[in-house]
Amino acid sequence: MLKKRIVPVLLLKNGRMVKGKKFNNYVDTGDPITAVKIYSSQDADELMFLDIDTDSRSKKNFLNTIINSAKECNIPFSVGGGVKNLEDAKDIFLSGADKIVINSSIVNNPKLLDEISYHYGSQAIIASVDYKYNISKDDNEVWIDCGKKNTEISLNDHIKKIEKYRVGEILVNSIDRDGMMGGYDIENYRNISKKIDIPIIACGGAGNFNHILDLFNSSEVSAAACSSIFHFGDYNPIQIRTYLKNRNVGMRQIK
Amino acid sequence: MIGIVNFGLGNLGSILNSLNQIDCSAKILENPKEIKNSDRLILPGVGSFKVGMKNLIKNNWDEYIYEHTKKNKPLLGICLGMQLLFEWGIEDGGTKGLCYFKGKVDKMKLNSGRKLPHVGWNKLNFYNKHPIFKNISDHIDYYFIHSYECIPSNQSDIVSKTDYNNEFVSCVSNGFSVVGTQFHPEKSPPNGLKILKNFSKWNGEC
Repeated sequence: MLKKRIVPVLLLKNGRMVKGKKFNNYVDTGDPITAVKIYSSQDADELMFLDIDTDSRSKKNFLNTIINSAKECNIPFSVGGGVKNLEDAKDIFLSGADKIVINSSIVNNPKLLDEISYHYGSQAIIASVDYKYNISKDDNEVWIDCGKKNTEISLNDHIKKIEKYRVGEILVNSIDRDGMMGGYDIENYRNISKKIDIPIIACGGAGNFNHILDLFNSSEVSAAACSSIFHFGDYNPIQIRTYLKNRNVGMRQIK
Repeated sequence: MIGIVNFGLGNLGSILNSLNQIDCSAKILENPKEIKNSDRLILPGVGSFKVGMKNLIKNNWDEYIYEHTKKNKPLLGICLGMQLLFEWGIEDGGTKGLCYFKGKVDKMKLNSGRKLPHVGWNKLNFYNKHPIFKNISDHIDYYFIHSYECIPSNQSDIVSKTDYNNEFVSCVSNGFSVVGTQFHPEKSPPNGLKILKNFSKWNGEC
């Protein structure tokens, strides 16, 4: 049986790790390379780096952080942030990433997904989608550019479109719940994961163990991405794994 | 020394990093002639069977790999590297493989409860013993990421299968010095690294 995964997501800004609320008000949460060492030793199932430094994205520093982190990380390592063309993707893979996370380019330059998949295989691509609820339309809409631009595309339409491209996983991130630690948008993940044949990673809202248990029990998502729960909740992946295992969620057997 | 075949596909750095961490001397090979200096070979790779074989043949990697295994020196194929050890890849109209194993590589079927690719941690159900699993307990999970599966014609080649709403073959051995894993030992600490350590000491006999 395939196990459920816990994926710590580390946001990077100017080479530092940060975390915000609803994609705003970021606070410094430490040195990313130290964090990679800690999460690897705490039996996280994978790690994800997202560079959100859209204003002053210094590519060289970003790539250096990836190179140094990859050396410390022998679990699967995904990296994203500002990938606009095949060259950007190549640089990230050569720096040691196993998978690449693509977000805004799915809207701006969808051809890129085919190009990356030709060279690195579809399994190496995580399509990332940030969404926000629009009350006047009673629908979830897709936002790009680190949550700064509303595309007004419906989340469900966007995900159906992604399914036609060749990608390995889809990371679905609720902006409304980001950093709020009040639980996942379960209803949405249940709907998406039922309809889509590609593995879904849910992101946004984990504040305690029960939120993650709830997510796995009520939807078919493959993985729970978490961030604040580790930065501010004083929890670690080992504790979450034990909690879930004791409640009959299949977690990876390490020993 | 373990040679890692660089035929242009996959994250070779992660294999090298893992081998360094367990004190195995290893080198990423850029030229097939370097195979002669390797005691053991790892054929890595992710992605397409067709592109993989094209790259192997274009630079004569295949000839040097055959020469290596003729001397009964160990060869480990990982993920696409395991698939390329088979006779035939079905994808994109069909491609001939390295033919160490009779059988084909085909797309996994979607069925209820299955999403593709098969990505994440899963365990092995053993059908045969193999030296690379020496002193490792049977119920460990390893990291998988693939949409295609190997379908061997000879059941005796199967070391393990893995359950993903139907079993697929997750490790094969030809009874001599060639072994393949569909999962990524280099991404599955700590026991995956033990597999690599066992491989680094293995003399190619089963």
